[in-house]
Amino acid sequence: MIRPDAPVLLEICNLHATVGDQPILKGVDLTLRAGEIHAVMGRNGSGKSTLSKLLAGHPAYTVTAGTVRYRGEDLLALAPEERARAGVFLGFQYPVEIPGVSNLEFLRVATNARRTAQGAEDLDTFAFEDLVRERLKVVQMDPAFLDRSVNEGFSGGEKKRNEILQMALLDPLVAILDETDSGLDIDALRIVSAGVNQLATPDNCILLITHYQRLLDEITPDYVHVMAAGRILRTGGKELALELERRGYDWVDEGLDSSNLADPIAPPLEVF
Amino acid sequence: MSTVTAPGPASAAWLESVLRVFESSLPVVLGESAGCLDQDRTAARDYFRRAGPPSTRQEAWRFTSLAPLFAVPPEVLPASAAPFEADHPHDSEVLRLYWDGDRDPLAGVDLPEGLSRLETGFQDALLGTVLQAAGTADSWLVRFNAALATQVLALRVRGQVSLPLELVSDCGDGTGVRPLRLLLLLEEDASLELLQVHRAAGSSLATVVVEAQLSPRARLRHGVLAQGTDASCLLAHLAVSQAPASELDLTTVAGGWGLVRLEPAITQVQGAAVTRLRGLQVARDRQIADLHSLVRFEGPEGQLDQLQKAVVDDAGRSVFHGAVQVPQAAQRTNASQLSRNLLLSDRARVDAIPQLEIVADDVRCTHGATVTRLQEEELFYLRSRGLGADQAARLLLAGFCDEILASLPESASSWKPAAALLGPARPR
Repeated sequence: MIRPDAPVLLEICNLHATVGDQPILKGVDLTLRAGEIHAVMGRNGSGKSTLSKLLAGHPAYTVTAGTVRYRGEDLLALAPEERARAGVFLGFQYPVEIPGVSNLEFLRVATNARRTAQGAEDLDTFAFEDLVRERLKVVQMDPAFLDRSVNEGFSGGEKKRNEILQMALLDPLVAILDETDSGLDIDALRIVSAGVNQLATPDNCILLITHYQRLLDEITPDYVHVMAAGRILRTGGKELALELERRGYDWVDEGLDSSNLADPIAPPLEVF
Repeated sequence: MSTVTAPGPASAAWLESVLRVFESSLPVVLGESAGCLDQDRTAARDYFRRAGPPSTRQEAWRFTSLAPLFAVPPEVLPASAAPFEADHPHDSEVLRLYWDGDRDPLAGVDLPEGLSRLETGFQDALLGTVLQAAGTADSWLVRFNAALATQVLALRVRGQVSLPLELVSDCGDGTGVRPLRLLLLLEEDASLELLQVHRAAGSSLATVVVEAQLSPRARLRHGVLAQGTDASCLLAHLAVSQAPASELDLTTVAGGWGLVRLEPAITQVQGAAVTRLRGLQVARDRQIADLHSLVRFEGPEGQLDQLQKAVVDDAGRSVFHGAVQVPQAAQRTNASQLSRNLLLSDRARVDAIPQLEIVADDVRCTHGATVTRLQEEELFYLRSRGLGADQAARLLLAGFCDEILASLPESASSWKPAAALLGPARPR
C-alpha cells in the first residue's frame, strides 16, 4: 500500500559494504515507508542476502560508506539485538539449528525482549503459551514443534514457518524476509505467504528478497527492485518482476555499464 | 606445552604425610566388615612408599598435572557436621544416603524392597573382582584409594528397586582427604537407578572407587554429578563388569574442581551387553577436568555408545582419553565414541585422545572428536531475535550441555546441575 505521506521506516543511502576485503554492496539506495511491501530480486551474488544480513547487524560485514536510518535513527550504530528489540526483523534464508535449546523457551525469551523494548510487561510461561498457540495459526504450524529444539530436524518448510511464527510474535516494523520461498513446496509457499500477508499492516513494511515471481504471485509487492553487482539497478512496480521473468537478468545487465558503476550515487533506472 | 611434574620431594612428602595420617587415625569399622580391605591397604601403602605419586612423565597422567592435589592439607577430612536437607530438600521418591567415609550410610535407614546390605562373605569374595576384570586394580587411583579406605559400602540389588538411590558425599568447606568405596552387586534381572553426588567447597580431596557387577539382564542407570570449587579435588574410579544382556547407562557430569579425574572402566565379560556412556566436564579458571574411560569387550556382539563433552574457558584444561578394546573374541562388536569440545577462550586447552585397539575383524567401531568455539551463526541468529550477546552465549552453552544433563537420573534435577556447572552470567 503506497501512501506518499506514510512515515519513512527505513532509509538506506549510498550503502557500501565489504566482507573481508571484498566489496559486496556498492551504493545501495532504498526507502521503505510504512504500509509498503518491497521485493528485491537479482542473481546469486548480486548482494541481496548481504543487504539483508547487514541490516540485521551480521558481524561478518563492514559498512565502508553510506547510512541506514531506521525511523530517523542510525541503525548501523545498534547491536543486532538492539535492532531486533527496536523492531527490525530478519527472516533467515537458512534458519540455524540450535540443538538443546527449546524452541518454546527461545520464542518466549525473544518475545519478551521485544516486549520490554515496547514498554509491555514480560509474559510468563502460561501467558506466552496462550499467545504462541494463537500465533501458530498464522502459519498453520503444529504445536509439537514448540517442544523441539530450535529448528533441529525441521524440514525446510517447517523452518520457514518457524521464521514467520517469530515474525508474528515479534511484531516488527521492518521485516526483511530473505528468500523465504526457497525450499518450499507449493502448499507451504501459500501458507507462508498467507501468513506474511496477514502480518503486513499499514504500520509496518516488508522487504522480500527473492529469486522468483512465484512468491510475488502470492504476496503482491508495491515496488520491485533489481539488484546487480551490489547496487539497485532498476526499480518498478510489480510488473517489473514479470518483465524480469520474461526477459531474464541479461536485460538488467544492459544497464550495468562501466560509467554507471563508476558513479556510486547515480540514481537507479526508473521503469514505471 | 604441558608442564612435566615429576614426583618431586614435595609431592612425595605430601603422599607420605597422607599415608601417616591415615595410619595413625583409628580404622573405622562400620557396617558388617571392613576387614577385607586390610590386605589391600597394607600392600597399597607399601607400593606408594616405593613408587611415590605419578607424574606427567607417565602416559596415563601425561596431560594431567596432580599439582592441585598436593595443596590439599594431608589430614583426614572430618565427617559432615550435619546433613543438609534444608539446602537440598528432596521428595520421598528418592532414597538419599549420606556417604562420608565415616558414618555408616545405612544406619537407621529402611532400605526399599530389592535393596539390601551385601553379606560379608559376598563382600570378601567380590571386592576387587570387577577391578581385576577391567585390569585396573593396579592403577594409581585405585591403589591410592586402597591405601586409605577403611570402609566399604556394599549393596545387593535384587529385582527392581522401587526407589531411585541417591548417594551423597558433601565435603562442605572441610579440609583434608576422604576415601570412599562402593561395591554393588546387581543380580540377574535386577534394576537400579543410582545418582552419585559429590560436592566440595574447601581444600579437600575425595578419592572414590566404585565396583559394580551386573549379572545377566541386569540394568544399571548410574549418574555421577560432581560439583566442586578451585581448591577441591575429586579422583573417582568407576569399574563396572557386565554380563551378557545387561545394560549400563553411565552419565558423568563434573565441573568446578581444581582437579577432577573420572575413570569409568567397563568390561563386558562375555560381550553381548549394552553400554551407554555420557559425559560432560566443565573447566574454567585454571581447573583441570580429566576423563579416562576404558571399555573392554571380552566376547562377541557387545555394544557401546559413548559421547563425551567438555566446555573449557579461561585457562581451564580438559582431558579425554577414551580406550576401547576389541580383542579377537569380540566379533560383531558395535562401538561408537564421540568427543565434542567447546573452547571458550584462547588460553583454554583440550586434549582428546581416542584409543581404539581393535583385533577382531568383523566389527563396527567409529570414533570422532570435534573442538569448536560457539558458532558465530548461531549467536547471530539468537541476537537477531533480541537476545543479548551474553544471554545468547549462555543459551547455546546450556544447549550444548543439555544433551548430557538430560541423561542423568531424574533426581539430579533437584541439584540444579546446569546452574551449578555453568555458574552466573559473565561478560565476555
